[in-house]
Amino acid sequence: MNFRPADDTSAATALEIKGVSKAFGRFPALKSVSLQAREREFLALLGPSGSGKTTLLRVLAGLETPDSGEVRFGGEDFLALPVRRRRVGMVFQHYALFRHMTVAQNIAFGLTVRKAAERPSKSEIADRVNNLLQLVQLEGLDKRYPSQLSGGQRQRVALARALAIEPRMLLLDEPFGALDAQVRRELRRWLRELHDRAGVTTVFVTHDQEEALDLADRVAILKDGELVQLGTPNEVYENPADPFVFDFLGQTCRMPGVVAQGRLQVADWVSEAPAGAPQGAVEVFFRPDEVSFGAPDAPGLLAQVKGVAQRGPDVRIDCRVGEADVEFQAHGPTLPQGVGAGRSVRVLPLRPQVYAA
Amino acid sequence: MNPAVRLPGFAPLMLLGALAVLGLLIVLPLGVVFQQALSQGLGRYLEPLTHPDSLAAIRLTLLVAAISVPLNAVFGVAAAWAIARFEFRGKSLLVTFIDLPFSMSPVVSGLVWVLLFGAQGWFGPWLMEHNVKIIFATSGLVLATVLVTLPFVARELIPLMQDQGADEEAAALTLGAGGWTTFRRVTLPNIRWALLYGVLLCNARAMGEFGAVSVVSGSIRGQTTTLPLHVEVLYNDYEFVGAFAAASVLAGLGLVTLVLKSFLEWRHSGELSASRRH
Amino acid sequence: MTAAALPSAPPRSRRRWKQPSILPGFPLAMGWTLTWLGLIVVLPLTALILRPWELGVGGVWATLTEPRVLAALRLSFGAAALAALTNLPLGLLVAWTLTRYEFPGRRIVDAIVDLPFALPTAVAGIALTALYAPTGPLGAPLAAAGIQVAYTPVGIYLALMFIGLPFVVRTVQPVLQDLDREVEEAAQTLGATHLQRFALVILPAVLPALISGFSLAFARAVGEYGSVIFIAGNMPLKSEIAPLLIVIKLEQYDYAGAAAVGLAMLVISFGALLAVNGLQLLLARRGRA
Repeated sequence: MNFRPADDTSAATALEIKGVSKAFGRFPALKSVSLQAREREFLALLGPSGSGKTTLLRVLAGLETPDSGEVRFGGEDFLALPVRRRRVGMVFQHYALFRHMTVAQNIAFGLTVRKAAERPSKSEIADRVNNLLQLVQLEGLDKRYPSQLSGGQRQRVALARALAIEPRMLLLDEPFGALDAQVRRELRRWLRELHDRAGVTTVFVTHDQEEALDLADRVAILKDGELVQLGTPNEVYENPADPFVFDFLGQTCRMPGVVAQGRLQVADWVSEAPAGAPQGAVEVFFRPDEVSFGAPDAPGLLAQVKGVAQRGPDVRIDCRVGEADVEFQAHGPTLPQGVGAGRSVRVLPLRPQVYAA
Repeated sequence: MNPAVRLPGFAPLMLLGALAVLGLLIVLPLGVVFQQALSQGLGRYLEPLTHPDSLAAIRLTLLVAAISVPLNAVFGVAAAWAIARFEFRGKSLLVTFIDLPFSMSPVVSGLVWVLLFGAQGWFGPWLMEHNVKIIFATSGLVLATVLVTLPFVARELIPLMQDQGADEEAAALTLGAGGWTTFRRVTLPNIRWALLYGVLLCNARAMGEFGAVSVVSGSIRGQTTTLPLHVEVLYNDYEFVGAFAAASVLAGLGLVTLVLKSFLEWRHSGELSASRRH
Repeated sequence: MTAAALPSAPPRSRRRWKQPSILPGFPLAMGWTLTWLGLIVVLPLTALILRPWELGVGGVWATLTEPRVLAALRLSFGAAALAALTNLPLGLLVAWTLTRYEFPGRRIVDAIVDLPFALPTAVAGIALTALYAPTGPLGAPLAAAGIQVAYTPVGIYLALMFIGLPFVVRTVQPVLQDLDREVEEAAQTLGATHLQRFALVILPAVLPALISGFSLAFARAVGEYGSVIFIAGNMPLKSEIAPLLIVIKLEQYDYAGAAAVGLAMLVISFGALLAVNGLQLLLARRGRA
């Protein structure tokens, strides 16, 4: 388990977004979004494409001006500051490296464009560039041009360039979007460590729920320009606010059910309704791998097993439950002996979520 | 590049046909220029070129290009910045207007200035009163040349800058750079080869323009004849060797342009607009 | 925090002219662009559009229906269309050779295609004339065969082909380059012959480019002056092109008449280009159906 400093809820609020709305023509990209990020927090903006997550990030960077709302950083009115005075380190989705500058020149850019009075000396800039190259593990590549780098290397140059100005906040737009799966996983760990070491409030945009849950201190889930849920990865995964969030965060089994007098009935399975469950017709959601299998006289949904397929370490179990075909998943070694094609079993959802139908 | 395909029997025939078309239609006329110019020996070739009228024509051609090309280069950069970096209504209309000179007859491009500034032009009498001469003077030649060559630089830069997108400029701003610094250190280096390419084409057209300048020039020998007009004057005076000698200088200019252009397409294809990468 | 503290919530008009952007410099760039376009293109064009009417509508009509004017317009547009049409197969052949075959000197041949762009028109004009004059290296044998090129409409047609060819090659070439080889190969595996592949696969794909090439070559040829006047002979009613007529009218201080011919050329050109664009749209729609 990582020690995550930002889990400490006593940390001061760094970023405060209040009622931010933004429309492009007739299309509302953001509808009154409000959220906060604490100092040194690693916050993920998660959502499908068109959910407004990138627009929100660009509003924070100052690249878009919201139609209404408020953005404060460290108590300061951020919207009143032009982009160049915000001192945010932005890493663009396609990195936006300066193609005609070397790696070193790219990293040094933010320092060399400062006014003469504020500009570090040449040797200071060179030292800073070297330190950053070391930090992003690109020593020796300082004379290369962006076109001579791999995707992962470009991303790290973009990060070093953003860090060079000692940003008050780091903004990452789909930081791993353009990389292949292998590089993606490696960079993910590395980025988290970098964040913990640099101690900068970081906001990153992603459409990959696994990435968000793995990396972030807290996850803000957006849909159609609205914030649907904000919480730690565990909170949002275990208590999705609505069917959309449940569905978005992982694989889903859904079945119709009824809640009455404190009891939940799904097909022929009756159990105690979870606290706070809505009354009447409901939809019951659960993860296909969060189930236990039992004999036909055990509690749970009665399922007719149609097929069992081994997929590496995982097993897929195709079943017929009432009128519906449902796919369950289990880890090979934990699958009970009795589950086989043609058999009847009881499938007990371990953590069902109940939403009004 | 596509790998070669082998169509036995067919391919050599096609190749031969294409070479014949290019040879007959394009290369032969070019060869004739030099053949005619040198037909009576090197001495007779150089003589008309060193004549004061020829030298004056060369000077005037250089002067007109030196004024027109930078003006249209600045215009091209400004227009590309406005069009490729901002969203506004009427953009396509604006682009149409920039392209318009390409579809105007050179003669019309000269005529319009006479309609404005000629003796019976809208502003003619006023100019006469104030003793300002535009038509039959250098300024008229410049105006005609500027109109004819207006689209060249803009046409190169607009698609390239649209292609490159504004991300690098946005990145520069987030890193604390000001607008002018961003333009000078990020935008300009990114478009430099396309800018050079556009300037090259613009310059070739400016120095070689004939129709538009012939309308506004009045062809006063030694005063308002650019080199292409000088070619005509000599030709109409049956000084064929002189005419072809002057023409050979212009043809040389065209060849140099072609070589530089091909070099840019070959060496910096990634930094020219997509249509130039072949 | 009170609502008054909100700095950026002014109600914005939906009909705004320009999308907001964080990039600076729009007023300067746009201001310069509009000023320059206004001075160099719009103002002169306004003169061209307005001045013919000094003659009155009847006067303009009379000018344009002068036999000499009609003949010149017919010649300019006819020769331009014919030359551009001829350039279609020739340009396609050259573009095909350049994209499909690898041969020594391909790069140089490719560069030569642009020569008519780079060669000043007056140079091309006197060179073509020298070549095709009755005493010239090509003109003499042709004259012996009873074909006179220089000083006839044939010469005009030839000069217009010279300046139009690169337009066709350069619009077709990228399309041929990008043409999906697999489609051709698929046709081949399905048993199509060379000719069938060309007619059924390649030609439909390059047709829109051919049409654009035609309209570019045509537009350029209609107004062409320098490369034509030397070889044209410039006989009224026979080999006199419309741009030359403008020059002649200007020399006679008939500004309005010159403007009338110029405006007519512009209007007819646009009409023709609109028609070609329409044809292209029609083709594109059929391609999507």
